[in-house]
Amino acid sequence: MKKDLLGIAELSSEEIYLILDTAEAMREIGQRPIKKVPTLRGKTVVNLFFEPSTRTRTSFEIAEKRLSADTLSIAVAASSVLKGETLVDTAMNIEAMSPDMIVVRHAASGACHLLSRICRSRIINAGDGMHEHPTQALLDAFTIREHKKRIDGLKVAIVGDLLHSRVLRSNVLLLTKLGAEVWVSGPRTLVPAGMERFGVRVSTSVEEAVADADVIMMLRIQQERMQGAFIPSLREYFTVFGMTAERVARAKPDAIIMHPGPMNRGVEIASEVADGPYSVILEQVANGVAVRMAVLYLLAGGPEGE
Amino acid sequence: MDADRIARTLTRIAHEILERNAAPGDVHDLALVGIRTRGVPIAKRLAQLLRDIHGGDEVPTGALDITLYRDDLMRHAVGPQPVVRKTEIPFSIDDKRILLVDDVLYTGRTIRAALDALIDFGRPKAIQLVVLVDRGHRELPIKADYVGKNLPTSPSQSVQVHLVEVDGRDEVEIAG
Repeated sequence: MKKDLLGIAELSSEEIYLILDTAEAMREIGQRPIKKVPTLRGKTVVNLFFEPSTRTRTSFEIAEKRLSADTLSIAVAASSVLKGETLVDTAMNIEAMSPDMIVVRHAASGACHLLSRICRSRIINAGDGMHEHPTQALLDAFTIREHKKRIDGLKVAIVGDLLHSRVLRSNVLLLTKLGAEVWVSGPRTLVPAGMERFGVRVSTSVEEAVADADVIMMLRIQQERMQGAFIPSLREYFTVFGMTAERVARAKPDAIIMHPGPMNRGVEIASEVADGPYSVILEQVANGVAVRMAVLYLLAGGPEGE
Repeated sequence: MDADRIARTLTRIAHEILERNAAPGDVHDLALVGIRTRGVPIAKRLAQLLRDIHGGDEVPTGALDITLYRDDLMRHAVGPQPVVRKTEIPFSIDDKRILLVDDVLYTGRTIRAALDALIDFGRPKAIQLVVLVDRGHRELPIKADYVGKNLPTSPSQSVQVHLVEVDGRDEVEIAG
């Protein structure tokens, strides 16, 4: 493994499989009476979240504690960032206290790459702007592999707000690296230009995208990142792109439904689908802890070839 | 040690285990836990032997990976982390007499890690240590309860245990 986990782009398929296999072993720890191993004893991990997060931050904190790391979370709402400190200054000040790893979420794409260049600590990207969210893609891959026993050759349809989604970018990179056939679908206004270059099929027809799919992955409509009229209304969006039982019926009978959360019920996904038998949305959350434990463990070792 | 010798040794150990632990007709509180990699097939063979000899219920058998408990994990300045494999102990170890099984007993550090790991799963009534080979050079106060063979070695040598389940053949050899 390299020093930092900045994105799926920097990982080889061998490293991806190593993380997934390690996560298999980590998952068992969560089922023990004492859900803790001494592996990262004496290591300090700082969770630096410049954007709101419940799932990802909780998941990282639980993963760190299960590995016995000393961990603390900085929520920016109560930090010196509000007093005008820059990202680099905040990071350098945290660095001065010698943490071993910093988990970063930031609204700016590339924030983790910037910190990676100036920090001695290992940097783990927990979502940077509209760029990447590697641990989400890894836990999605873990969940897919658990249900389908493979990733290679599967048809995966990703539907929703493609433009603002870092989850999309990380998933497209990972799934194409491992040989899946990826279809993406969303309103024209929310499809980034040149998506085809990533080796995916683009369709504005959600029916076409999900036809015979093994996996349907929904993306949230990110209204907080929209400064303009990308869609006429949420209700119209649901009519044309919302994942309903009728649309799910076009996929393979054993297709699984995924969503990285937080869900907007009745916007991108119907409640009957989100709570339906093939929904693995809560399994994704459970698997997130094991995958993040694997990443923390693997990064804590010495970097390869240095 | 060749295949035949390994088989006879394991049979002898199985008899010793029963002699020491089982009231006649009763192995209910025994359980085997093999340390990955080669302790696991040895534990499975012992489970089969105990059943053959005793004729009673199958002794529950688990697999333990001690990687996350190693005392040298974060001490290497360079190099990737050792591969972690699954621990599978599909039964409660509370109040059981656990037979902890490994192929070679050397410094004792693996067993120290395994004891720490086991305690995280519950509170066994007792833990006894079974090894196929004891090669000496202990660095911790650890002693095996059942030893297949004592092999005096020098620290520069290495003891290789090959098992059919992992390596395609049964053999113990000293190299170096």
